[in-house]
Amino acid sequence: MKIVIVGDGKVGQTLIRQLSKEGHDLTVVDSNPKILNNNIENFDILTVEGNGASMETLRRADAGTADLVIAATSTDEINLLCCITAKKLGAKHTIARVRNTEYREQLVALRQELGLSMTINPEYAAAREIYQILQLPNFVKRETFAKGRVEIVEMRVDEKSPLRNLPLHQLPSAVGFNILVAAVLREDQVTIPSGNFVLQEGDHVFFAAKTAHLMLLLKHLGLSPQRIRHVMIIGGGRIARHLIPRLLEARIDVKVLEKDHDRCLQLYSEFPQISVVEGDGSLQQILESEGIHQTDAIITLTNIDEENLIISMFANHCGVRKIVTKIGRLEYGNLFSDMGIGSIISPKERCSADIVRYVRAMQNAEGSEIVALYHIANDLAEAMEFRVDDTVRYQGVPLKDIPLRENILIACVTHDNEPVLANGSTTFREGDAVVVVSAGQHMISHLNDIYAE
Amino acid sequence: MNIKFIGHILSYLLIMESVFFVPSLTIAFFDQDGTARFILVTMALCLLVGTALNQLTRKYETQRYYAQEGMITVSLSWVILSLFGALPFWLSGQIPSYIDALFETISGFTTTGASILTEVESMSRSLLFWRSFTHWLGGMGILVFMMAVVPLGRDAGYSLHIMRAESPGPSVSKLTPRMGNTAKILYGLYFILTAICFVLYLLGDMPPFEAICHAFGTAGTGGFSVLNNGMMAYSPYIQWVTTIFMALFGVNFSVYFFLAIREYAAALLDEELHLYVGILVTASLLITFNIRPLYSSFFESLRYAAFQVSTIMTTTGYATADFDLWPSFSKTLLVTVMILGASAGSTGGGLKIARVLLLLKTLRRNILQSVRPRSVQAVLINKRPMDEQILDNTNAYLSAYCVIGMICVILVSIDGYSFETNVTAILACFNNIGPGLNLVGPTCNYSFFSPFTKLVLSLAMLLGRLEIFPMLALFNRRAWVRHR
Repeated sequence: MKIVIVGDGKVGQTLIRQLSKEGHDLTVVDSNPKILNNNIENFDILTVEGNGASMETLRRADAGTADLVIAATSTDEINLLCCITAKKLGAKHTIARVRNTEYREQLVALRQELGLSMTINPEYAAAREIYQILQLPNFVKRETFAKGRVEIVEMRVDEKSPLRNLPLHQLPSAVGFNILVAAVLREDQVTIPSGNFVLQEGDHVFFAAKTAHLMLLLKHLGLSPQRIRHVMIIGGGRIARHLIPRLLEARIDVKVLEKDHDRCLQLYSEFPQISVVEGDGSLQQILESEGIHQTDAIITLTNIDEENLIISMFANHCGVRKIVTKIGRLEYGNLFSDMGIGSIISPKERCSADIVRYVRAMQNAEGSEIVALYHIANDLAEAMEFRVDDTVRYQGVPLKDIPLRENILIACVTHDNEPVLANGSTTFREGDAVVVVSAGQHMISHLNDIYAE
Repeated sequence: MNIKFIGHILSYLLIMESVFFVPSLTIAFFDQDGTARFILVTMALCLLVGTALNQLTRKYETQRYYAQEGMITVSLSWVILSLFGALPFWLSGQIPSYIDALFETISGFTTTGASILTEVESMSRSLLFWRSFTHWLGGMGILVFMMAVVPLGRDAGYSLHIMRAESPGPSVSKLTPRMGNTAKILYGLYFILTAICFVLYLLGDMPPFEAICHAFGTAGTGGFSVLNNGMMAYSPYIQWVTTIFMALFGVNFSVYFFLAIREYAAALLDEELHLYVGILVTASLLITFNIRPLYSSFFESLRYAAFQVSTIMTTTGYATADFDLWPSFSKTLLVTVMILGASAGSTGGGLKIARVLLLLKTLRRNILQSVRPRSVQAVLINKRPMDEQILDNTNAYLSAYCVIGMICVILVSIDGYSFETNVTAILACFNNIGPGLNLVGPTCNYSFFSPFTKLVLSLAMLLGRLEIFPMLALFNRRAWVRHR
């Protein structure tokens, strides 16, 4: 498909990497020729220099014949103007990054006029994800499917874990109910394990389980569900402002450390219940005097990855139970998993995954629809949810008789709003939703892509 | 250094080269001229070495591939293709010395058209076809062809590094997001223009074999002919067709792409195109008036002048007149356009009009800047400011061009021929033209030089075609150091 990406920032670059890997024809527009040059050396793309909201630039980028125009510059207004203009020129679909929540009402009301197919708000999505993680802090990550009824959760096997040296076929008897291990990440390699697989210390396990069973799982593993009562946030930017109301609603005590005086005032006036501290959160002295030893959780949300990493490592050293670290650039992702910086949040990665899902759904307009797509295990595997329609083959056939490709697993089937974890005799038919985990090289954009042959 | 991937690309090239021999082999079987077995041996050798290399480099990865790798891939490919491409000439004994055969093949691939053959018509048709076919392949670039047909991994930017190293001109512009598609479009346009040229030759009563060989020579702006007299033997109609088509192949191919997608403004308002056409027309007219006394009518002298300017400026090297006998003014003008060359992104050689334009504008800017130090000056091409990096590279290229040209002239002068012969021989080879003046004039050839000089000239042709830097990268010691 022909895709024009306007704005070659972090989101833009994540999208270029992902979409060019999936074989699309990309044209990238930005006003900075240096950044463009950098990208053209690494990817097979076309670049156009200029103001992405101007008709002249968009025409040079041939946006009129594009299947999709993605506006991901740092300014909401430019993104919106870009999408309107591209639509006028004849682009089939447009996606805009709109971060300012003040526009949300307009976006709903003016969707038609603006010609938008989708808007993305990375910071909002990140805040939602952090909140989810804080709810069940024993898990590193949680990805939800089937309208929140099923999840794939990530857990690290540490030295005290009962999962250590456990063969997977003994897992259901160990935890006492049905649970599925969808994938295991061991030393930069993802496996979709069979029953003989034995877990080791340091493995990252991805369980597929019903949301309702998660607490039970923790209990049977001998882990007391830790409730978070006090959260310390370093950096009072957009994500913090999206996150704080959710935390307050859950009656969690919030303390924010922020360098900038005006931002502090703004936060304080917006949320009088929280405690705002003006100070540099990367200074050990300030962290200690503001009680890093007492807090249940720390969330590092400054704009500088290195600062976030250092603060999180220090927090780990101080014994903070739950650490969430925001990282903008995930190129070094595989370095982070054993550094003790807890859960990693990447707003750019998350929103580019949303766009990739949209693009794959566009690719098969009249096929089974992708409902959700997540990159898990350092981007080495994908978890997807598909709706089954009449184009899908092998309906009504038990899973054990379906020839699947290598490194593919069907994790769960939702029938009549009732999710069931998959086993050999499970079947699916039209109207159901199927959760698939893929650790292979092959791109899956339709449920039929998972079958061998 | 990503040696595995470079080796993998080379293996595909060798396999492709064996396929390129198929038309020649067919002619050899048809003519029963006894060259078939030599061509077959060469094909088998290419295939054998290619497949072996392909197997050895099976575990390649496209990721770690940067500018240096691109340059080394390109220069190695051209050297290796020439080494193998020379084999049939030598094996069949039609060119007894391997150095001569290599000179002829490099001259073909680099679209120079300088020949060591004193008697072309006695060669077998199969090898004459191969000789002309090398022009066509070398014109647009062999690796560009490979990128059009062999997909080697789509997530890496390796193709850009190759394109940059192989395509002539100060900067490369992609026409479509995917390099593979760009390569396909370029070869498509190239093929169509060549076909039109071929048909027009046929309409001028040129025999089909001669028509196709000459079409290859015109399209690649090469200049090998299959007749001893070259283009002098043909009618004025054919000479005009050749004049126009040589000029057309000296135009940046992105102009044709924009014409094809009906972006007429982008195509026709190009500054490089204007300068190119301007120089072409002015030089032709000036020479027409200068040589008017030598010919019977104005129209005749225009035909000779336009043909010679077109052939020299696009660096083709056909000739319809012995311009060595022309007045000094005309000869000087021809040597000047020899150096200027054709447009960037065309099949021609030389310094390239795009560079000339950049150099002139940089010069103008620097003079203005020194007169009025506080005024803001930028180099604008097509109303867009050019990147300083490109300007720097262009200046560096001019320096390298002069230095290497001078060294080559010194090396060639060991043979002891006249100054004019030495200088124009280097200019003609370095700029991929073919004929020079004096002893290497349009009616003469390069056979009399010593083997050493022939090797120097071959190297000059490769340096000129690949625009110096990629060849120099081969000699960078650090490129070959193995880390870990």
